[in-house]
Amino acid sequence: MAELAVILVHSTSHAIAAERVLKRAGLEVKLVPTPRHLSSNCGSAVRIPARDGAVCEQLLQAAGVPVDRIELLSERKRGQEPFSEKGS
Amino acid sequence: MIYLDNAATSWPKPPGVADAMVRFLRDVGASPGRSGHALANEAERIRLDAREAVAELLGLRNPLRVVFTANATAALNLVLHGLLTPGAHVVISGMEHNAVMRPLRSLETGGAAVTIVPCGADGALTAADIEEYLRPTTRLLVVNHASNVCGTVQPVGEIAALARRHGIALLVDAAQTGGCRPIDVTGDGIDLLAFSGHKGLLGPTGTGGLVIHEDFDIDRLPALIQGGTGSRSEHERQPDFLPDKYEAGTPNIVGLAGLAAGVRFVLERGVEAIRRHEQDLTGRLLAGLREIAGVRILGPQDAGQRAAVVSFTVAGRASSDVAYELEQRFGVLCRPGLHCAPLAHRTLGTLPGGTVRFAPGLFNTVEQIAAAVDAVREVAGAATHG
Repeated sequence: MAELAVILVHSTSHAIAAERVLKRAGLEVKLVPTPRHLSSNCGSAVRIPARDGAVCEQLLQAAGVPVDRIELLSERKRGQEPFSEKGS
Repeated sequence: MIYLDNAATSWPKPPGVADAMVRFLRDVGASPGRSGHALANEAERIRLDAREAVAELLGLRNPLRVVFTANATAALNLVLHGLLTPGAHVVISGMEHNAVMRPLRSLETGGAAVTIVPCGADGALTAADIEEYLRPTTRLLVVNHASNVCGTVQPVGEIAALARRHGIALLVDAAQTGGCRPIDVTGDGIDLLAFSGHKGLLGPTGTGGLVIHEDFDIDRLPALIQGGTGSRSEHERQPDFLPDKYEAGTPNIVGLAGLAAGVRFVLERGVEAIRRHEQDLTGRLLAGLREIAGVRILGPQDAGQRAAVVSFTVAGRASSDVAYELEQRFGVLCRPGLHCAPLAHRTLGTLPGGTVRFAPGLFNTVEQIAAAVDAVREVAGAATHG
């Protein structure tokens, strides 16, 4: 399984905007609940393959979607966090 | 029935507007920004659809800089109350609506200073007219893009360049022009632009908002309404980022679903094509009304210099009587009186009686315009001969 990363954002409006920008660029994205061990934000985050981290950051910056930070999700932590798919 | 009150709100709407609203209520229904379940996310996607459509229409690259409010009035209030602290000076045109005048009269009592730049007899203004009224304390310039009374269009690109030269923020009231005339917030350098969602954008009532230029620093503009946004819930202070900063409270998402469909319709039809159609109808109205004895038309005589709004008076008749007769005898629906803009009527010399206002829209036909002109001829003839 490819290593995963999560894009942490300030709000759901930013999460949905990020999802749209990255989907339009043909990237593989999923909306997930913000992992509690990474942020106290109770909203959504955007999960991506870790290899796409740099390109996602560039795309979102160009589109003006603010990103808090991008974090790698280790296997161990992934095991602790249930990343159920949300939305479409 | 001939509906000529599109300056109040456009009607009918494209069929896709009601369809999108029904679809939202039936299939989605949730509140965007709150929760993270599938329906809440879908609601947020619909809100983003609306932001993207408005951004494309008004010339903004980043849809997150489109803020939705209940109407253009709320967006104007947000800026006026946020920027005009005691001692601040604001310069406005002599054609402003009460959505600007009433907050300003209130802010004046709190120590803000207001200067009204006189306009020509047809309501027109140039950037040069404004410049001499600027002061070192001038914080804001407010211009009505097109008059809701007589359609006079102001040169906002030229005025934006003046504002930039002097480092003064510009607020454009585009309630009458959004969707009907090309607007380029980024290209023209307009800092803040208030729009109505239910007029030229063809959405439902209860929609509108503020478009914020990339260069405008939102730290300068406090939120007028504060509350829940679904973001940063652990903080008791309002978020400091767009669009959440200015969107507290559950939004009118069913209205935004309709707005997205309305603006998509406008984009598909093309603003330039809409402008041409409305200008054709306006030209026919002007030409027809001009031939009627006793009718006086206010504002620019050339349809190219005005939005699709034509105000007129009939000698010897009160505007309310004329409108009532037009509806009762001929089924023509229009708006008489002062149109919530006594300042503009003062500029035009039509206080206190007001005018009869015909505001054609995208869905009016040349046959309807001809019938409306015939109706005015009948009413004015009765006034002259009876």
